[in-house]
Amino acid sequence: MAKHRWLQVSICGVVLAAVPLLLPGRYYLNVLIFIGIHTLLAVGLNLLMGYAGQISLGHAAFFGLGAYTSGILSATYQVSPWLAMLAAVAVTVTVALLVGIPTLKLTGYYLAMATLGFGIIVHICFKEFTWLTGGPSGLVGIPSLRLGGLVLDDPWSYYYLVWAVVLGAISLSLNIVDSRVGRALRAIHDSETAAAASGVATAQLKIWVFVLSAVYASVAGSLYAHFVTFISPSSFDFMFSIKLVTMVVIGGMASIWGAILGAATLTVLPEVLAVFHDYDIIIFGTILMVVMIFMPQGLTRGVLDLVGRRRLQQSAATAGRSDG
Amino acid sequence: MDLGSQILQYFISGITNGAIYAVIALGFTVIYNATEVINFAQGEFVMLGAMVMITLSGVNGLPVWLCFILAVSVVTLVGMVLERLAIRPVKSASAISLIIITVGASIFLRGVAMMLWGKDSLGLQPFTGERPIRIAGAALTPQSLWVLGITVLVMVALQFFYKKTITGKAMRACSFSKRGACLVGIGVNRMVLLSFGLSAAMGAAGGIVIAPITMCGYDMGTMLGLKGFCAAVLGGLGSSPGSIAGGFLLGILEAMGAGLISSGFKDAIAFAILLIMLFIRPSGLLGQGETGRV
Repeated sequence: MAKHRWLQVSICGVVLAAVPLLLPGRYYLNVLIFIGIHTLLAVGLNLLMGYAGQISLGHAAFFGLGAYTSGILSATYQVSPWLAMLAAVAVTVTVALLVGIPTLKLTGYYLAMATLGFGIIVHICFKEFTWLTGGPSGLVGIPSLRLGGLVLDDPWSYYYLVWAVVLGAISLSLNIVDSRVGRALRAIHDSETAAAASGVATAQLKIWVFVLSAVYASVAGSLYAHFVTFISPSSFDFMFSIKLVTMVVIGGMASIWGAILGAATLTVLPEVLAVFHDYDIIIFGTILMVVMIFMPQGLTRGVLDLVGRRRLQQSAATAGRSDG
Repeated sequence: MDLGSQILQYFISGITNGAIYAVIALGFTVIYNATEVINFAQGEFVMLGAMVMITLSGVNGLPVWLCFILAVSVVTLVGMVLERLAIRPVKSASAISLIIITVGASIFLRGVAMMLWGKDSLGLQPFTGERPIRIAGAALTPQSLWVLGITVLVMVALQFFYKKTITGKAMRACSFSKRGACLVGIGVNRMVLLSFGLSAAMGAAGGIVIAPITMCGYDMGTMLGLKGFCAAVLGGLGSSPGSIAGGFLLGILEAMGAGLISSGFKDAIAFAILLIMLFIRPSGLLGQGETGRV
């Protein structure tokens, strides 16, 4: 990894480590933990959507698979939470492969629809397999994570755990997008045919990135389940998948750091707009439409482009002046 | 009830639902043919149709047919406004952006509906009585007949419009080649606007006739829209006869599955059928040529 990437990640790490010391209370830490979990999801989905250009309208399913596998194994079968998390990753990889191999042969609308259908089927299974998942009323009594003798059931320790995982995921993603694989992914985004013609194994690579993004979602799900200790199907529905897509879109397609921005915006917005708590869906809808219409590359990229263009114009203007 | 009449009963509810899926699927097809856009807000047109109808029929003295026409007109207008504000500004957008825009539009419309009508479900009286007609032990409600009747009417009207009117022919020309249509002097923009209006009107009509059958709320459109899209893909995206066949097929399979296997999995069955179809034959039952495969 290039030196400046290490620097970026380290600076981010230092800032994140310092933040809890400045915060007045638990509430803010909880929000930050959720931002972390959402960032993990957004970083993963961004690899798939922003870099490889493949849409998934069913990513809540992988988040749910992570949460439920972790939850069921540790709450019902008393498996150690860490082992349960690993098992959740294994389950997610299996499902992602089973779904991804036929699905990723599809493009555009067909892919969107297939992932959406998959998401809805999984959500219905969470609701209907009552004997396993607790059905619509949810699964209770999920144990907290332990680290040696330390039980991670307070927001302080959990904050550090979640953000350590997030930083790890961000470093990994930065490495990936900066590598040969990352360039291949962007080639697929621009033109799959051209990418294939220049020797990119497009089919394998698309499945690989799909599985990877599913694993990010699964880990996020496990972290979520062991933190809130209660999960119900409504957290993993179609709207949540859309919320994830919104995060990626706001954060900026093809911007790893943007994912934090997107996740933070969409986590904080409903809290800040508590007065409109029911109407936050109008805001989501508007954001999705407006950003996509005016900045199809997402907010981060859009703003950066605007700034860049202005700077270009300015330098052109000064160049013009010095000429005259 | 014996198994035979039970199956007949499932079949009847299957074709009733299937008729609605078919109308929604036709709405997708109309827009897809004119613009190659899949409008994920299609289900919201259905919801708006039902909700506006319910509100209007609460007004004293308005006859049902007038409510029907007014509700369809309102939703048609919404469809056209959506095209002007959200679709036309993006000229050369990728499928992924268009999906996100129309999904955004659907969430927006749902939010507005929640603001206007609240979160509680509303009901509507059947148009003509509630006494069911008995056929071999199965019951057929008059409202189901309305649903089937209006659906057939919409389908026939659409075919008439496409085949016999000059505007309909112009629209078909656009779907073959936008450039070609432009060259012979067809206002392509106007046709796209019209297709959104037409599709919204059809969705609204569907919503209005099923309002007395299902509970109506701001969030009823999502599932209906998705099922309609399932039907459109099942039949072959872009093919009108395919949409109709796909709609009825989906309705019947779903009703049989719900009745004979498990009602909780009703929606899962529809999407499982869709996934299987996409994996085996993405071009659909009656679709030709263009497929979603690479």
